Amino acid sequence: MKVSLIIFPGSNCDNDAKIALEKLIKAKVNMVWHKETSLPKTDLIVLPGGFSYGDYLRPGSIASKSHILFDIIKNGKKGTPILGICNGFQILTEAKLLPGTLTRNIQLKFICENTYLRVVNNDTIFSSRYNNNEIINIPIAHHDGNYFAPDHTINELEDSNRIIFKYCDKDGFVTKTTNPNGSINNIAGIVNDSKNILGMMPHPERAYDPLTKNIDGTKVFTSLLDIIL
Amino acid sequence: MKAKIFITLKDDVLDPQGKAISKSLKNLGFEGISDVRQGKLIEIKIDNDNKSKVFNEIDNMCKKLLANTVVENYKIEITE
Repeated sequence: MKVSLIIFPGSNCDNDAKIALEKLIKAKVNMVWHKETSLPKTDLIVLPGGFSYGDYLRPGSIASKSHILFDIIKNGKKGTPILGICNGFQILTEAKLLPGTLTRNIQLKFICENTYLRVVNNDTIFSSRYNNNEIINIPIAHHDGNYFAPDHTINELEDSNRIIFKYCDKDGFVTKTTNPNGSINNIAGIVNDSKNILGMMPHPERAYDPLTKNIDGTKVFTSLLDIIL
Repeated sequence: MKAKIFITLKDDVLDPQGKAISKSLKNLGFEGISDVRQGKLIEIKIDNDNKSKVFNEIDNMCKKLLANTVVENYKIEITE
């Protein structure tokens, strides 16, 4: 599988994502600088975590207007799978490839901790190897992960099963007390209408190596092996 | 010409930063505060004397980059 991994000034999870993709799905990863105007031949686009442009203006806002985004948007609309992790999720909402936006965490703190997630929908190319309602544990590390969208968008996301991950407790209960950042309906990850674009705040690329004693993020990558190219 | 753009959170969007400021003001003894909302002010100088053209240009900038209309409102003020 050929992967284009996009790097912006301030990306800092790009190498972690690259190693995860190489180890888990034997991907050939092209690191693509944001100033490029076209992507190499690609089966998957990954927008990694970090603080592109120092989060100036709004997280992801300036990156979402970089040169390479034109080609990413074009490919995404044609159906190329796109995975946006953390800042990548923020960039995808700012680029309007995903609805809503990520605002400041409700308690105004940067949160870096392992969080439990419920896999709400396994019928996507990013979650197919999980079981529905499986409880997984993946770290989050963000200051602006508080998902917000107007009521009608939230209803649409719920009704069309486009919420993929929700924050929960270790037994899978999705409640206000298991919500780390204030996200509406405990939303941690969503897909677009055609389900080829996933944005998620938790970091699966930090949870695949047995050395870290947490491999729950593995299937976000290995699910992609089931795509028929 | 000079444009001032005031960007504020929409009324139905929670503003935790405004809440924190409000608490801090109350801790300092300021009374009667019922709500604090925080926003941004952006100033842009632009070489063009046509006020309505400048307004339209800035409006376009707001829609494309400066404001996120999912959660923010914006107000434009043009000065000479």
